[in-house]
Amino acid sequence: MTAKITYADVEVGTELPAQTFPVTRATLVQYAGASGDFNPIHWNEKFAVEVGLPDVIAHGMFTMAEAIRVVTDWVGDPGAVVEYGVRFTKPVVVPNDDKGATIEVSAKIGAKLDDNTVRVDLTATSAGQKVLGMSRAVVRLA
Amino acid sequence: MALDQSFVGRSYPPTDPYEVGREKIREFAEAVGDLNPAYTDPEAAKALGHADVIAPPTFVFAITFKAAGQVVQDPQLGLDYSRVVHGDQKFAYTRPVRAGDRLTVTSTIESIKSLAGNDILDIRGEVHDESGEHVVTAVTKLVARAAEEG
Repeated sequence: MTAKITYADVEVGTELPAQTFPVTRATLVQYAGASGDFNPIHWNEKFAVEVGLPDVIAHGMFTMAEAIRVVTDWVGDPGAVVEYGVRFTKPVVVPNDDKGATIEVSAKIGAKLDDNTVRVDLTATSAGQKVLGMSRAVVRLA
Repeated sequence: MALDQSFVGRSYPPTDPYEVGREKIREFAEAVGDLNPAYTDPEAAKALGHADVIAPPTFVFAITFKAAGQVVQDPQLGLDYSRVVHGDQKFAYTRPVRAGDRLTVTSTIESIKSLAGNDILDIRGEVHDESGEHVVTAVTKLVARAAEEG
C-alpha cells in the first residue's frame, strides 16, 4: 500500500476534494455489461415504470463505485481502502436524454483510528436527494 | 410469510474459482469511468506494491452476488426474489482483488429479520484466493418487501 496522504496530514473534519459524476442511459448499459447486472430496471423504462419506479434508475452498485472514487483519487492507491459500506436510500433516476443525471459526492474525515487508518464519511446526492446513507470507508494512510 | 430463523448461520458450499482477468478489470474500470492506472497498468500497480493490476473496490460484488444466488434461490428458504431490493452493501478487505486471482466465495446467512412485514436478509460472502488466504468479505443486505394486500 502506498497512500500519498499521510496520517499526520489529516484531522477530523478535513474535507476531501468533492467530485461530480455524470450518468446517462449509455453509462448504465455499459455498467450492466461490465458488472453482469442486467436487471431491466436499469435500462428498460417500460419495465421500470411497471414495477413502480419513476423511470430507469442507476445500479446502486454503480453509485457505490462512483462514490469511492473521491477516496481512491485522494489517496492514490485504491488498495489502501480497508473497509467500505453504504446504504442505498434513494434511487438515482436517469432520464432518457443527453444529460442523464449527476451524482455529487463529498467526503470528510470522520475519525482517526488505529494503525494509520481513518474513517471517511461520504455524502452522495442526485437531484438534491441523498442517494447513499451510512456511507463510510476506512482507509490506511501513509 | 416470514423467513425461517433456523436458516441463520447456514453456509453454502464454496463456489468454483473465478479467475480475475486484467481485461475484465479494465472493462469494469472503464464502465465506472475510473482512470486510476493501478487498474490498467501493471507497472503502475507494481509501483504501488501490488503484484499485478488491482480491481476497483466494488468489482468483487459481481462475484459475491452471483454466489449469493445459492441463498436467494434456495427453495427451502423460499425468498420471493421478485420483491427484493438491495438495502446495504459492505466490504472488508484483507487485500485488494488483483489480476490472476482465482477466487472462491463461501456464502453464509448472517441474519434474518422481519420488520413491518419485510424480510431482511444479510448474506456474508467470504472470498478466498487459491492458496486459501482471505481477500475480502462482502455483506449484502437484501430486503424483500411485504406482499401488497389483495
